[in-house]
Amino acid sequence: MKRETIIWTVLFVAGGLFLVVRGTQSDHGLGRQYVKQVRVNPQSATDLRVKFKEAPPTDRQAQLSIPRTVGLWVAAFFTLAILSFLYRDNIFYKIAESVMVGVSAAWYMVTAGFWEAIIPKLLANLAPETIGSWALPDLLKPKPPDPKLLSLVPLVLGIMLLCRLLPRGGWIGRWPLAFIVGVFAGIRMIGFLEADFVSQIRSSIIPLVVMTDAGRVNLWASLRNTGLVFGVLACLAYFFFSVEHRGLVGRLARVGVWYLMITFGASFAFTVMGRIALLAGRITFLFDDWLWLIDPAGKRWGP
Amino acid sequence: MIDLLRNLDRRWIFLAMLLAVSIPILAQQSFPERPTKTVLDVFNYIEGLPEGSNILLSFDFGPSSDGELEPIATAVVRHCCLKRHKMFFMTLYPDGVPLPERTIKSVIEQEFESYNFKYGEDYINLGFNNAEELVIIVMGTDIKKMFPTDIEKKPLDGFPIAENITSLEDMDLIFTITTGYPGMKEWVQYGSSPLGVKLAVGSTAVQAPEAYPYLPDQMLGLLAAIKGAAEYEAALADKYPAFRDPAKNQGIKRMAPQFWAHLLIIGLIVLGNVVYFADRFQGARR
Repeated sequence: MKRETIIWTVLFVAGGLFLVVRGTQSDHGLGRQYVKQVRVNPQSATDLRVKFKEAPPTDRQAQLSIPRTVGLWVAAFFTLAILSFLYRDNIFYKIAESVMVGVSAAWYMVTAGFWEAIIPKLLANLAPETIGSWALPDLLKPKPPDPKLLSLVPLVLGIMLLCRLLPRGGWIGRWPLAFIVGVFAGIRMIGFLEADFVSQIRSSIIPLVVMTDAGRVNLWASLRNTGLVFGVLACLAYFFFSVEHRGLVGRLARVGVWYLMITFGASFAFTVMGRIALLAGRITFLFDDWLWLIDPAGKRWGP
Repeated sequence: MIDLLRNLDRRWIFLAMLLAVSIPILAQQSFPERPTKTVLDVFNYIEGLPEGSNILLSFDFGPSSDGELEPIATAVVRHCCLKRHKMFFMTLYPDGVPLPERTIKSVIEQEFESYNFKYGEDYINLGFNNAEELVIIVMGTDIKKMFPTDIEKKPLDGFPIAENITSLEDMDLIFTITTGYPGMKEWVQYGSSPLGVKLAVGSTAVQAPEAYPYLPDQMLGLLAAIKGAAEYEAALADKYPAFRDPAKNQGIKRMAPQFWAHLLIIGLIVLGNVVYFADRFQGARR
């Protein structure tokens, strides 16, 4: 047996033993989810519906929730499976990756596509009574709305778009595509022009010497404004290619590069912070929700 | 030693990072935080709004950014509850649909159970609309056109909270917790800039540098990722001593792993440069 195989076997056995011992021998155990029943409408004498609410194991009404416990262990398995890629590509990572892609695609299709677009925005407009009686009962209150035949236009455009999949007649799909491109180009142009062009220019026109109410120079604010305006001009100089980057323009462009480098550095540092926060989030999940090594929020027995 | 560093397997670095993050979490370490201006601007604005002001909370992120953004959502919703503002939850992300629901359950229904907030009167979940930035554009003139129903598909007109709401201009603040498209940029382009509605942003760290140019004219303030959450929690704790309890401050607690992990990265960058210059020095001698 290879040395690496032996090491991994030992690690897996040790991890498994830890889980078994902690789950059976310790006072607290690990990896269970408890719920309790609560009335949806406690004030009502007739509405007797109940829902399940997360509860600490110490609650006298708490009962073990098998589905939530299974979900917890599945989440822990997938977290470890994804993190295992840091060591090397492996079967557990592949499984987790495939499940992730499949679940995401299905979720998007069902949530964003079917239940948020096709049903309420298309079919509910074309056949409100049918859809209301089948899927959206509140649509029929107080009375069923009249069909909106204008919704036939997006229906036809949608079918035309699907023609791209046909072996012949794919050109039909170009018409709705042209419509989409045209609409979004117009919308984006207005948005960028106002928010990213005009407003940004306006925000850059600021006093280089800032005075306080007492009539003195606010040195810090003045330096900040000067740095900002100078940085904008320097970065613009770097991207201004109609003049050769020599002499004053060259030096200004060089300063622009430094500004850009500092910006990239800040972006990288922010990215590092973000990734560490995500890692900390998953580690907290493993230690807190799954292994019950910590209980910072006092969800079970207090900190 | 230089040879060892030069040939160091990257997996040792991963292991070191795992330890740098895990040990502070296990030790429940935390450091004091001081809120910066971009965070305080948001905090003071929400604090200064009269009770019952309308705040739109758009959870424009999915579970993949939850580790960074959930503490922001919790801290801001907590503050809105303390001030008894009216909260309108929504999302522009299909996989973000369960996230407002979770925050509502954990903060409004559990943590603030004694406040007796009523669904449809004090808060409402508008759910998800898949029209991306078009949602924001249309909401600028008619919110009910984009959200005729709440998440349970019950007509919005039936809820008291929606009685005096027509467009985004009826909102005293839009707070978007955002990870990408559609998100911060679209809310600026189609919300705050053309309409003049106050906009605050809680963003992922990756997106934060893109947000700074919009401060302070087009954006009221910015909570940049976990650091922003920690600062907001600190501001909340300064004002409301009940929230000094570290157990309630996920953001502050997650800054300890940040500290040690950043120290490790700085150390590794220094070591990498040492190896680089040592190689150059040896090359020059040869």
